[in-house]
Amino acid sequence: MTTEYFRWIEYAWKNPDMDWHKAETLVAGIDVGSVSSQGVVLADGQIYCYSNTRTGSNSPDSAKKALTMAIEGTGIRPEDIKFIVGTGYGRVNIPSANKAITEIACHARGANFMGGPTIRTVLDMGGQDLKGIHCDERGKVTQFLMNDKCAAGTGRGMEVMAELLQVPITEVGQMSLDVAEEPPSVSSTCVIFAKSEAIGLLRSGWTKNMVLAAYCSAMAHRVVGLLERIGVEKDFAITGGISKNIGVVSRILKELGGIPTVTLKPDAQIAGGVGAALFARDLYLKSKK
Amino acid sequence: MITAGIDVGAQAVKVVIVSDGKVLARNLLPTGFDPQESAQKALDGAIHQAGISRGDVKRIVATGAGRKSIAFADRNITEVTADAKGANKLMPSVRTVIDIGAEEARGISCDAEGKVIDFAKNDKCAAGAGAFVESMARALEIKVPEMIEISLKSTKDAPINATCAVFAESEVVSLIHTKIDKADIAHAVHDAIASRVASMVRRIPIDKDVALIGGVANNAAIAEAMKKHLGVDVLVPENPQFVSALGAALAAAA
Amino acid sequence: MLSWLLKRLVVAPTYIANYGYTDGSGDYYIIVNTDKCDGCGKCVEACVGGVLEVITDDYDDKVLAVKKEHRKNVKYACAPCKPISGKRDLKCQSACPSGAITHSW
Repeated sequence: MTTEYFRWIEYAWKNPDMDWHKAETLVAGIDVGSVSSQGVVLADGQIYCYSNTRTGSNSPDSAKKALTMAIEGTGIRPEDIKFIVGTGYGRVNIPSANKAITEIACHARGANFMGGPTIRTVLDMGGQDLKGIHCDERGKVTQFLMNDKCAAGTGRGMEVMAELLQVPITEVGQMSLDVAEEPPSVSSTCVIFAKSEAIGLLRSGWTKNMVLAAYCSAMAHRVVGLLERIGVEKDFAITGGISKNIGVVSRILKELGGIPTVTLKPDAQIAGGVGAALFARDLYLKSKK
Repeated sequence: MITAGIDVGAQAVKVVIVSDGKVLARNLLPTGFDPQESAQKALDGAIHQAGISRGDVKRIVATGAGRKSIAFADRNITEVTADAKGANKLMPSVRTVIDIGAEEARGISCDAEGKVIDFAKNDKCAAGAGAFVESMARALEIKVPEMIEISLKSTKDAPINATCAVFAESEVVSLIHTKIDKADIAHAVHDAIASRVASMVRRIPIDKDVALIGGVANNAAIAEAMKKHLGVDVLVPENPQFVSALGAALAAAA
Repeated sequence: MLSWLLKRLVVAPTYIANYGYTDGSGDYYIIVNTDKCDGCGKCVEACVGGVLEVITDDYDDKVLAVKKEHRKNVKYACAPCKPISGKRDLKCQSACPSGAITHSW
């Protein structure tokens, strides 16, 4: 069952233009998701460094790894970090965190910080869940909906397809766009059904690219269905690992009819961690008063 | 009159040939990617088994998820109707029929004549039915018969949070790494399915006798878990997987 | 008194929470309007299936939520109040004095 096709490379980034030694306050946010974990460190409220790692079978270890990898090579010691907020499904089990806050609140806050106060709808496409979040200009949540019951539309569903077709997951998006014309989508109701359909399509002569296109299309359709339950208001932003799959993203935007969309920088996958770190900063500064 | 019933399921095509209320033959083939072709082959096989010729079969009725794709059937009936008819023939005392297939589970309330009064179903989600059992067997790296066997010996449940067959597969893989007994995982899986099916069935009136049919009825661990969750005895007929096709064959003769 | 009132108006965040799931067979969500919910807990008592609870949310307010273990199977958990034939009787909705709860199915 296990192959290497689902693996994407873990990485860390630090801001070359900042010197953390000059900062007064260092705080961190750790987002332990079901598939990936991110650690984000803010220096005086600006993103200084972050990591994107694969979640292991153990939450505390995954949290530790995410933060360690983020600060590696920067000279920051764990004790330099004044406050840590944990988020993600593993948040209740992060020993180093001072507080746990839901990933809904953290994603809204993180998207608002990275993409600006005009964002009103955030779509988070995670490893094992889909979230639709409405927020105001301050990044406060005004409505949310989360589906984590079902693999259709999640990263795990995409991993199943990548494994089936033996395609590295980072190439899926581009390949799916490399088709002569858009094929009809496969089942969007269940990954297991979609997988059976894909096998049949391959046997009847479809190329891998066509099958990927059909699956990305099904995923986009599923995701838009969820969003429509709460409505989509501009500006729109996408977070989570699948935000990096251009095949799915382009099809979602197409189905939404060209809604004004903000791309989150430096990395859409760290929105939860950034939001958590911002909450950490607030809570730390409040405690000092 | 000799008639045939064809039940085109998500995973398997079942054929039953009946002559004046008596079963002459039963046959089963995987549905595959061409349901009509598989149905034809399955029918041919059953005809051969019964020692008759194609011309002897006067009428064919199709049922199941793929019933509309069988062009050579004279007509088709819903799975719910077929289930009730077939169950009533085999067990006339039955008033509640539970059919658990590969991808769908149904609860049917019927009268003494086998007519449907009410029904509920769990559909379009592989976690509600047989596909979940198979997906878990794969994750446990054992075959389904072994999974049933060890499950019957277990008395406690391993914690499985996932309600999706795909997520549960990953969850089980990590559970195995923590040295939890496979038997307890198997037990938890069967319990989860039975619990889900029982909740669905409770949306219709549950009157005795209660029968369990469909491919998954062959799974003794599920049958036991169903009894526990419903709090009543559950009858499993012989050849539970063919009850729907039998119902279709009987409908053809009516 | 005025500052207390202002604080409630300005600081108390309103959000709509959708607890539940979507799978192949449909959308099943219990929708909570946290503006209307004051955490009184009458719905928790009225619920036959033990589906609901009062929590303290991220903004330190007491509101209604669906228990974690039921969020992924509300369809089954709420089935006792929604028989196929017969009267639909949502006890949580009837018990709520401010209309904070609705069901999407």
